[in-house]
Amino acid sequence: MIPAQFDYVAPASVEDALAALAEHGDDAKIIAGGQSLLPVLRMRLNAPEWIIDLGRIESLRGVRDDGDSIVIGAMTPHSVVGSDPLVAEHATLITRAVEHLADAQVRHRGTFGGALAHADPAGDLGAPVRALGASFVIQGPGGTRTVSADDFFVDLFETAIGDDEILTEVRVPKHTGWGAHYEKFVRVAHQWPIVAVAATVRVEGGTIAEARIGLTNMGSTPLRAAAVEAALAGQPATEAAVRAAAAHAAEGTHPPSDLNGDADYRRHLATVITRRAVLAAAGA
Amino acid sequence: MTATAVDHEIGRDRRRKEDQRLITGRTRWTDNIVLPGMLHLAMVRSPFAHANIASIDTSEAQQAPNVIAVLTGADFGDELGVCINAWPITPDQVTPVHSPMPSDRVSFAGEIVAVVVARSAAEARDAAELVEVEYDELPAALDLKEAAADSVLAHPDLGTNKSALWVFDSGEAGTGGNVEDAIGKARADGIVIEREYRQQRLIPAFMEPRSVVVDPTGEQLVMYSATQIPHILRFALAATTGVPESKIRVIAPDVGGGFGGKLQVTPEEWIAWAVGRRVGKPVKYTETRSESLMSGHHGRDQWQKLTLAAEKDGTVTGLKVELLADLGAYVAIVGGGVPVLGAFMFNAIYKFPAYHFACQTVLTNKTWTDAYRGAGRPEATYAIERLMDELAAEVGVDPLEVREKNWIKHEEFPFTTVAGLEYDSGNYEAATAKARQMFGYDELRAEQMARRASGDPVQLGIGVSTFTEMCGLAPSRVLGQLDYGAGGWEYASVRMLATGKVEVTTGASAHGQGHETAFSQIVADRLGVAFEDVEVLHGDTAVAHKGLDTYGSRSLAVGGEALVRAADKVVEKAKPIAAHLLEASVEDIDFAGGRFSVRGTDQGMAIGEIATAVFAAHNLPDGVEPSLDSDATYDPVNFSFPHGTHLCAIEVDTETGALKMRKYVCVDDVGNIINPLIVSGQVHGGLVQGIAQALWEEAVYDDSGTLVSGSFVDYLLPTAADTISFDIDHTTSPATTHSLGVKGVGEAGTIASTPAVVNAVVDALRQYGVHDIQMPCTPERVWRAIQGGGAGGSTEGAAMPHFDPSEPGQDSTEGAGA
Amino acid sequence: MTRISLTVDGATVADDVEPRMLLVQYLRERLGKTGTVIGCDTSNCGACTVHLDGQSVKSCNVLAVQADGATVTTIEGLAQNGTLHPVQEAFRECHGLQCGFCTPGMIMQSVDLLNNNPSPSEEEIRLGLEGNLCRCTGYHNIVRAVQHAAAQGSSTAGATS
Ligand SMILES: Cc1cc2nc3c(=O)[nH]c(=O)nc-3n(C[C@H](O)[C@H](O)[C@H](O)COP(=O)(O)OP(=O)(O)OC[C@H]3O[C@@H](n4cnc5c(N)ncnc54)[C@H](O)[C@@H]3O)c2cc1C
Ligand code: FES
Ligand code: FES
Repeated sequence: MIPAQFDYVAPASVEDALAALAEHGDDAKIIAGGQSLLPVLRMRLNAPEWIIDLGRIESLRGVRDDGDSIVIGAMTPHSVVGSDPLVAEHATLITRAVEHLADAQVRHRGTFGGALAHADPAGDLGAPVRALGASFVIQGPGGTRTVSADDFFVDLFETAIGDDEILTEVRVPKHTGWGAHYEKFVRVAHQWPIVAVAATVRVEGGTIAEARIGLTNMGSTPLRAAAVEAALAGQPATEAAVRAAAAHAAEGTHPPSDLNGDADYRRHLATVITRRAVLAAAGA
Repeated sequence: MTATAVDHEIGRDRRRKEDQRLITGRTRWTDNIVLPGMLHLAMVRSPFAHANIASIDTSEAQQAPNVIAVLTGADFGDELGVCINAWPITPDQVTPVHSPMPSDRVSFAGEIVAVVVARSAAEARDAAELVEVEYDELPAALDLKEAAADSVLAHPDLGTNKSALWVFDSGEAGTGGNVEDAIGKARADGIVIEREYRQQRLIPAFMEPRSVVVDPTGEQLVMYSATQIPHILRFALAATTGVPESKIRVIAPDVGGGFGGKLQVTPEEWIAWAVGRRVGKPVKYTETRSESLMSGHHGRDQWQKLTLAAEKDGTVTGLKVELLADLGAYVAIVGGGVPVLGAFMFNAIYKFPAYHFACQTVLTNKTWTDAYRGAGRPEATYAIERLMDELAAEVGVDPLEVREKNWIKHEEFPFTTVAGLEYDSGNYEAATAKARQMFGYDELRAEQMARRASGDPVQLGIGVSTFTEMCGLAPSRVLGQLDYGAGGWEYASVRMLATGKVEVTTGASAHGQGHETAFSQIVADRLGVAFEDVEVLHGDTAVAHKGLDTYGSRSLAVGGEALVRAADKVVEKAKPIAAHLLEASVEDIDFAGGRFSVRGTDQGMAIGEIATAVFAAHNLPDGVEPSLDSDATYDPVNFSFPHGTHLCAIEVDTETGALKMRKYVCVDDVGNIINPLIVSGQVHGGLVQGIAQALWEEAVYDDSGTLVSGSFVDYLLPTAADTISFDIDHTTSPATTHSLGVKGVGEAGTIASTPAVVNAVVDALRQYGVHDIQMPCTPERVWRAIQGGGAGGSTEGAAMPHFDPSEPGQDSTEGAGA
Repeated sequence: MTRISLTVDGATVADDVEPRMLLVQYLRERLGKTGTVIGCDTSNCGACTVHLDGQSVKSCNVLAVQADGATVTTIEGLAQNGTLHPVQEAFRECHGLQCGFCTPGMIMQSVDLLNNNPSPSEEEIRLGLEGNLCRCTGYHNIVRAVQHAAAQGSSTAGATS
């Protein structure tokens, strides 16, 4: 319940935070909302010597419009993202995913960037940002680089963010007017998803013109259900057509087996939940 | 000023007295207590299920900042005491010695091997990380059935894992016929239902983690503990640590739930006691939730082999029960007695002519098990109520019909059962009729048929449970016959204060049940004083010096009756004084509504006025002591037998196996009701715990004996979002063996609801050839059953790794837990 | 040690704390605000819920140093001038508590819920409390209590922070 000793700094700018990271290197850990990090420290599964708090850096907070994209600051709390009108309009899928992420208290503290940097394969934000083709702005000693969602997630709890870097913002291409649904399968409400599906579709005259689908907890990183997306394109938004396409949902996935279900059960769930998510997104 | 009394307190939905403190945070949990110079403890626990302790190196920890001492089992001799088993269920029970901190061998993962004493809890924890323990791992006995075969020994020195075999046979006891005859006959020309059910391992998971403070700075050694049993704890401390009972004061301050989980004498308490005495300073230990889940006792964990014999029309002719019960690593305070408490309840509300019960208790290298809400009776109720549904299916009739054919009719009470108990009262017909009507039974059955016919992916199941239980533990004579180490009486005293207020002490020890309120109502009625003028004291052996504490739904039925008797004694003592003061003869004094009056006149005095006069003692009759205070110890003459009918509707998503509760109705007969608000709260809470066994909870171990569901991330308690609002009501047939007529309500909901839920799930799936789903009925198990995969095997022994990057759950091992 | 100053239940406090000290420990051990309790080590139970700058948080999952400069309201600061907050009143009225251990967190979260949504449906109440565990009540009467408070118009009376 009590973390091991550490020293603490709360820099006021990204530059100062980067300098602190550079100075303490491997011994330092960034804290954003602390909602994943603090339990780890409390159970002493990790014991960094320095904690660098991004909480005082105002520039990392908030959502802004940037032409074809909306930009979500890494330190924007889930509760703010969830009620943001820009997100709701142009990236509805994220709004839907945030609604049922963790609980109200955790959503008040946990941040958009922190959740993505933590890269829990059961985290609710990876699948929607992959589905939406978001890109990640990462700042380091050498400057700023942008990484695509496909390259950002490397493995379980591992991302493209280097030890000396900070995720500053996430750029989400606008998907204005797309239907969206996030379907989460849990046994009890306060659980991380056993499997979840993020689906967003553009429907034109009853036909699914385009579909983007992300899968949560079906592998060591969030996945795209590419085969389903391909099978849906140009299909009518009907139960039968969607059912046929969703049957491909588990292709190329490597879900875990644990207390909550075996891998083969998860593969089966993915097909059912994908069908439901797509139909809901399509308003069918 | 004293407030005025109302006509009738009993039966009123009084708001609880204890709430004001609790809703404003003015609480006294054990962990809140801070004493001068207090030191803090941190435990070093074994990560292995079974290992020899090769060495413990405490040198680095000793050097850590603000560490006062680091102590191991070897540093203590007898002063450490032992954790006791109070109920050896057979004379030849095999009982391993349970040292609170063994120095040679650990027998479950989580067992304490060293304790750090430091100035702050954080520093104690820091130093605990520095204690180096070398273990030589031993093979661990984990699977209950394998352990029963003695393939691996949990305690090699004992030579067996089999602790005790407890048997009841109605033929031998003379309470019924021979069950083998009944089964033989049924095999020839009747129906035999044979099933094996699993009672998974559960964790009580009270919300307040256990905490203990020991204060050795005074003439009495004081222990504050988050316990349900301060009196039993005091006795056990005296009996095992050599401190005279009179030098021990145990206080249970505010206690945040127990459910049986705090009905224990724990290694943590014993270690804190020894350390406090050793260092001569107050010490505190508060467990973390992970420690609580790992080392606080667990519940249930049985395999139940059942054989039900019946005639073709569904009339049951015999029941045979063979249990394997997992004790864990040690025989806990009640321990093997828990399944024995269920032995008398498998025949439930039915008139079975023959019954045989045998329970083998087994030692394993897992956390010890003991009472969890219901203790023995949920297991029994689950088995019989599941079987009655199976029988109904076999006969081809409605599950309520087969029950009605076999149950005791209301005009047949009092009824002596095949297990030898005398049920004093009940009316199963009335409760069932009311529940059926509230539920809309026929409409839901019609909907079920419609969904079946249309092949709806969402199917509906209806579950029935007509339960009874025995509570009000217990007539001391009966406990003696069962070799239980204590009696079953309860104590109460009533003190009349000079200001006319009334102070009540009870040996019961509340932890959320609302005793302050219910007991005040009883006393207010009995003495005719205002509800507000009664103060209830409990949970401190120096205040309520005598008692047997709170468990087994006994507080009201036994403790309440003791209180009635103590109050009546007050009135009797006051009568001659009233007569004296009113200058009348005692025979002419009536007592009603809190007033002593002279018959035929308008003269009288309130009981409070008499109390004031007695305090002054200026004018009392000769030879009368200046005190109205009275006490009573009540030993019940019988158990009480609440019963009820529970009906549950569940929707099954056949595509995913997900379950959704649609409706839950229960009509319970808990006898007279002192406070309907408190009763409804007990029912709701009990229901959710029972439903949670059916659907969510399971303590799962991996095959090295590590508890995988070791935090609230993986031990799944339901939230408000997972549960529904319940429709509850009552019928009333008062208990006849004591004056209050109450029966006990603390466990009813838990006992009844588990089979109602599983019966509903199986009812929905029977059309697919399914006749069992192992608990908890996870979506995966349900889905597999629909796919033709049987009842579902063990739970995967791996957790999701959200907070633990170092231990990804990708490679899983088969759980040994089920 | 790091110096922090903040406002807790209306009082300004300042202390040197170890950076590792959790807000809940600071409240309990330094300020004696033992009304706020600890029920778990994974931030699942919600027993420790307080309001940080007007929003509910689990105080076991916030460092005291992160609360530097903030305003904290605990269960002990909810009643105003001796008058219970309507949500406190509703918990008693509807028997929304038994052992009372989850109660401070339940009440603080219920207040937050009603601040954001003054007339929630039963489903919204149930979802809004998904971060709080109770082992005693089965939630039935907790839901009733929140409904009761909503009907009394609690959010206007009970804005905290
Ligand atoms: C009880 C509970 C239930 C939860 N349930 C869910 C759930 O159902 N679904 C879900 O998705 N999540 C859930 N979460 C996790 C929650 O979403 C966290 O908020 C999130 O995972 C981490 O965000 P944070 O801001 O709190 O990050 P922190 O905990 O502060 O940090 C997490 C990790 O990311 C690193 N990091 C943070 N920010 C940056 C950055 N800008 N640049 C580089 N590295 C960074 C940190 O060093 C750390 O390693 C739950 C958490 C709790 C406590
Ligand atoms: S103690 Fe904070 S959530 Fe459990
Ligand atoms: S009232 Fe006991 S945990 Fe909620």
